[in-house]
Amino acid sequence: MIETLIDVTLLAFLAITANAILRMRSLFAIIMLFGIYSLLSAGLFAVMDAADVAFTEASVGAGISTVLMLATLALTGMREEKAPAHQPWLPLVVVAITGLALVYGTIDIPSFGDPQAPAHLHVAPRYIEHGLAETGVPNLVTAVLASYRGFDTLGEVTVIFTAGIGVLLLLGRQRRRKDDEQDVP
Amino acid sequence: MKHNLILKIIAKFIVPVILLFAMYVQFHGDFGPGGGFQAGVIFSAAFILYTLVFGLGSAERIIPTWLLRTLASLGVLVYTGTGFVTLLWGGRFLDYSVLAATPLGGQHLGILVIEAGVGMTVASVMLLIFFAFAGRNRP
Repeated sequence: MIETLIDVTLLAFLAITANAILRMRSLFAIIMLFGIYSLLSAGLFAVMDAADVAFTEASVGAGISTVLMLATLALTGMREEKAPAHQPWLPLVVVAITGLALVYGTIDIPSFGDPQAPAHLHVAPRYIEHGLAETGVPNLVTAVLASYRGFDTLGEVTVIFTAGIGVLLLLGRQRRRKDDEQDVP
Repeated sequence: MKHNLILKIIAKFIVPVILLFAMYVQFHGDFGPGGGFQAGVIFSAAFILYTLVFGLGSAERIIPTWLLRTLASLGVLVYTGTGFVTLLWGGRFLDYSVLAATPLGGQHLGILVIEAGVGMTVASVMLLIFFAFAGRNRP
């Protein structure tokens, strides 16, 4: 009962935040609201007992992304351009149809925590029954992430590394050239 | 932020605590929530706070960019290297059981090493991206 109440409250706040983001024109306030949105999502994950996901969402979504977006804002500008003048009807229809299709898609999804869900019948029982004996790690999430699915995690780390290289190629290079120019005279 | 005395004092208190918490998340990931990804992000958050309060110059004196680049590559290298070591020692790629005398000990060691690699790469890349953005503003 109390969990449902928390869920409804968090979801209501999510909707309010999203609505406020849509209506606002100050980019600084929007970024702050994005941070709040991530924190609320982290709260939802925590209610669903997904502590690791909540932890990641709180630190990456609410923390680092907010800082990086603020850093971008410092380089560009504080205010969004004026509201577009064209009529909103065509985008509204597209969004409505896509949203209805997504809601229709959720009908087939098994309910939350259903033990008969396909995702819980494939390899999950093996992880749960033999995970501690095979890896010696009490936190199942870490056991799956680092040991059973080590290959996937290697891919994730490579993605982060590649993203860093991309940003450095786009932004880092020019700065160094500027520094060199300053050194010359 | 030249004259914000309160901010500077508070940051000096908080930064070591955040770093300690990052270490806890890194090495306690086997037992509680957390792991290399979260620890790396928290670790970089401590330095970002330091940069915001004390300026980019002093932050780059503590962790120079070349060191961050090396650490970012080293993390991926440690991870991949663990995989190749397990290959060489007769296991499959990233099968840590062959790393120590007992399979459980090997698993424990392997997970510790690759989580360290993950933490290194994530923390360095986050800081590199932040420094790249913050550095653009420099006159």
